Amino acid sequence: MAEQAHTPVETLALREQFDTAEQQKESSTFGMWVFLVTEVMFFGGMFLAYTVYRNTYPVVFGMASTSLNALIGALNTAVLLCSSFTMVMAVRAAQLGRRKVLIWFLILTLLLGLVFLGVKAYEWNEKFVEHHVPGMHFHFEGAAEQGPAQLFFSLYFAMTGLHALHMVVGAGILSWLLYHALRGRFTAEYMTPVDIAGLYWHFVDIIWVFLFPLLYLIDRHMR
Amino acid sequence: MSENIDSVKTYTAVWLILLALTGITTAVAYVDLGAFSVVIALLIAAIKMLLVALFFMHMRHSTRLTQLAAAGAFLWLFIMMAFTLADVWTRGLVGTQGR
Repeated sequence: MAEQAHTPVETLALREQFDTAEQQKESSTFGMWVFLVTEVMFFGGMFLAYTVYRNTYPVVFGMASTSLNALIGALNTAVLLCSSFTMVMAVRAAQLGRRKVLIWFLILTLLLGLVFLGVKAYEWNEKFVEHHVPGMHFHFEGAAEQGPAQLFFSLYFAMTGLHALHMVVGAGILSWLLYHALRGRFTAEYMTPVDIAGLYWHFVDIIWVFLFPLLYLIDRHMR
Repeated sequence: MSENIDSVKTYTAVWLILLALTGITTAVAYVDLGAFSVVIALLIAAIKMLLVALFFMHMRHSTRLTQLAAAGAFLWLFIMMAFTLADVWTRGLVGTQGR
């Protein structure tokens, strides 16, 4: 009979353009970091706009900023930091090849992410109730100029909205990871998707770490 | 990236420090530090960012190339911020229109 051609086993899903699994992993990590650099610039533009207008209208921005609920903001920050912790524990479980632990930490991370979004939704709803949403029915009590106050809330919604959008995408990625983790696709040798998703999740966390003090805190002392 | 797996202890410590820093930055916000409120808030945020990047994002164990790329982000961010603010913040100084 024809001899069985000896095909090397497709280990670690190594693509042909890479020499080693390690090189492949490094490329993935590097690629994710480069993407995150573009994200820094993406969010950076909004932080810059916020800085410029906060500097132009310090009084109204201070009033609008202190109208946000700092306690809820702080609690939500804690929720997000906890989700980063569970994410890194998920990555660690994947590195060690512990499938069950990985699955549980992915579920926890996803849940914490959803809690964050839920709290965010509650806060946004409050803005609608208070007429603090820019538009026809906008009214910010106590501000002589409504324009700059609208500007603050426009930036608030744009920045927290864009951040929340990243969280929604993150929740989607986590669900995808969970699906594949349940099917046993990740091993100690191949867990690059978990690792890369972790980088993204932590990055979104870092963005919030800056959004929280800039939007909620820095004008508190004037009250 | 050589596979460096940090201990649960390390991650837990970083997590608790992050939570503590969140508490501190919230509490300090109510203290009147004048213009330094922004400085302190950003300083604490920067420390939190470094903790997350170095430990949770494994930046400590990353290759030089990856570390360089991440550091590059701050270079570009600095250029965007510094050049724009250099314009906006000095518009009144030379009596030009637009402010």
